[in-house]
Amino acid sequence: MTTSTDSIEELANREYKYGFVTEVEAETIPRGLDEEVIRTISRKKNEPDFMLEWRLKAYGHWLGMTEPRWPNVKYGPIDYQNIIYYSAPKPKKKLESLDEIDPEVLKTFEKLGISLEEQKRLSGVAVDAVFDSVSVATTFKEKLAELGIIFCSFSEAVQTHPELVRRYLGSVVPLTDNFFATLNSAVFSDGSFCYVPKGVRCPMELSTYFRINSADTGQFERTLIIADEGSYVSYLEGCTAPRRDTNQLHAAVVELVALDNATIKYSTVQNWYPGDKDGKGGIYNFVTKRGACRGVRSKISWTQVETGSAITWKYPSCILQGQDSIGEFYSVALTNNFQQADTGTKMIHIGKNTRSTIVSKGISAGRGQNTYRGLVKILKGAEGARNYSQCDSLLLGDRCGAHTFPYIEVKNPTARVEHEASTSKIGEDQLFYCKQRGISAEDAVSMIVNGFCKEVFRELPMEFAVEAQKLLGISLEGSVG
Amino acid sequence: MLEIKDLHASVGVTPILKGIDLNVHAGEVHAIMGPNGSGKSTLAQVLAGRDTYTVTGGQVLFEGKDLLDMAPEERAHAGVFLAFQYPVEIPGVSNAYFLKAGLNAIRKSRGLEELDAIDFLALVREKMKLLEMDEALLHRPVNEGFSGGEKKRNEIFQMAVLDPRLAVLDETDSGLDIDALKIVANGVNALRRKDRAMIVVTHYQRLLEYIVPDFVHVLYDGRLVRSGGKELALELERRGYSWIEEEAAAAPGARK
Repeated sequence: MTTSTDSIEELANREYKYGFVTEVEAETIPRGLDEEVIRTISRKKNEPDFMLEWRLKAYGHWLGMTEPRWPNVKYGPIDYQNIIYYSAPKPKKKLESLDEIDPEVLKTFEKLGISLEEQKRLSGVAVDAVFDSVSVATTFKEKLAELGIIFCSFSEAVQTHPELVRRYLGSVVPLTDNFFATLNSAVFSDGSFCYVPKGVRCPMELSTYFRINSADTGQFERTLIIADEGSYVSYLEGCTAPRRDTNQLHAAVVELVALDNATIKYSTVQNWYPGDKDGKGGIYNFVTKRGACRGVRSKISWTQVETGSAITWKYPSCILQGQDSIGEFYSVALTNNFQQADTGTKMIHIGKNTRSTIVSKGISAGRGQNTYRGLVKILKGAEGARNYSQCDSLLLGDRCGAHTFPYIEVKNPTARVEHEASTSKIGEDQLFYCKQRGISAEDAVSMIVNGFCKEVFRELPMEFAVEAQKLLGISLEGSVG
Repeated sequence: MLEIKDLHASVGVTPILKGIDLNVHAGEVHAIMGPNGSGKSTLAQVLAGRDTYTVTGGQVLFEGKDLLDMAPEERAHAGVFLAFQYPVEIPGVSNAYFLKAGLNAIRKSRGLEELDAIDFLALVREKMKLLEMDEALLHRPVNEGFSGGEKKRNEIFQMAVLDPRLAVLDETDSGLDIDALKIVANGVNALRRKDRAMIVVTHYQRLLEYIVPDFVHVLYDGRLVRSGGKELALELERRGYSWIEEEAAAAPGARK
């Protein structure tokens, strides 16, 4: 027993692999937040009036809100006046190809192993890369444009498709929704926008890699995806951030809208800097993600693998409005060292015969605290609604914690709701069994954990599944000796 | 091949093994019998390197090397295999994946090339026949939902694939009906080789009717109190363990 504890200490000291800072000239506005800052952001982005009005409305609302204290996480006060709300690499000129991108920026992507060139050539993944707050490269746009698919940065969409932005922005996550979403609505810098027209099946996985780079830059991403009738889109979101000593706030908002017979698959692999082994530094990831299944037989499927951030607070949710619509949530959340995660989902059944599936896998190692919080709400009119929830927790070591808070509200007697939960520990027995067959302790832990997460990983697109397995391995190195 | 000299081991402060001496040569099959609580499983687990047990004295040499100085996986690499009394379940990890990881780790440690999926499958198919195992078991999670008999068969199947120099079978007969016992025993017998040694730990003589040992040792209260040929097993079957206990109690140096 003592040997395994020693190894935990020893191996948990592994450095964060992505901890480096890119030297690029950044255009930044002073710290702090007031109405003028919001006007400046809007002006710099050359936004139409409706956007500025929307931002100011959100700001006015935010001033009257207080930070939520109900999540099962602990952190010191955030000084919202000590955050830089806008930072962008200085624009040189309009970029036509990757060659024109700041080589430092490209180098950063290479270090992350996601060289755009490589991706462009080999994998057929269209990448809208967000570097700090402004998109620096958008690829495959032309090919997508042929199909009528709009995939661009949010700022660009505001310029080129204001009518779509105006119609759908805030229609799933209203600007008054919650403290962090409202803050985001006021100050969001950029993000991704996607519209898939009627009957179009997007032929490739759309992918955004974004990372936080400038010191003390709050990152406020805004993503909006609309799948029109009968369309299909699979969207991948991946993130890495360089190491910093001070905590960085990340408050993103993602809105998905699926119309009749449309399907949106949204996959996330998040490995932001989790802080060091003593719990110093790391990203605060306070994110609002919500999808509306507006149309009949529409489907939204969230898959997330959360291995990073000091604190994760997010509940990708589905509002199942359309009759026979389907919501899914597959999640792996891992906390090591002093990481805290309070994550889960909300499935709101409004339409008849709506179905939802929740599979949550929480892994706690070191002193990590992992909380599943989920709401299944069946409204009065949701005749024949069904939900299946499964929450499994895996503990590594004896100083970590797993918590489960399932909330179930059923207002229709024909609904069927099932909830299963389990908590297990990686046993000395399992480890010894693997070692006796020649497998090293680290490989054994990684194998056992991957086995535990299998139901979620198989929901991920191929290339993401491989990355997720690797990440899990890296994040867990040294958690058991 | 294996030399155990005055081996002492304990769990916490409780001594379990109190001075074991045993020499096992290549090609030999040794049976270790004894009543419950005599230390049979402890001996098996100590040889495999389980850290629940603390070795408090003595020495174990495996092909001249200090076995006790090696980590469990290093012992596996060196060719020590333990067929578990209670095989462990690993949800979500397929039997094939698990075994391939083990085999390739062992091969790598010996400087051999790792087997690819095709060669691995060919090897595995051949060995499955030996144990009359259904190929579907390959794709099921390790031991999960296996019947008692399937688990034990799976252990011997793993042994066949990993091809150890020394195999320790810990109560491989427990929980098996007679048909399953015969299949497992046939598998084990097919794996008997001149350059391989086996230690068969069992409570009952029944298994030894099918796996006929060269030597039988009786473990009682942490010591090997009697050794002999296969006829010793029959004598134990006939007379039970009580006469061993009485004899041991009367012997000089025994516990009061």
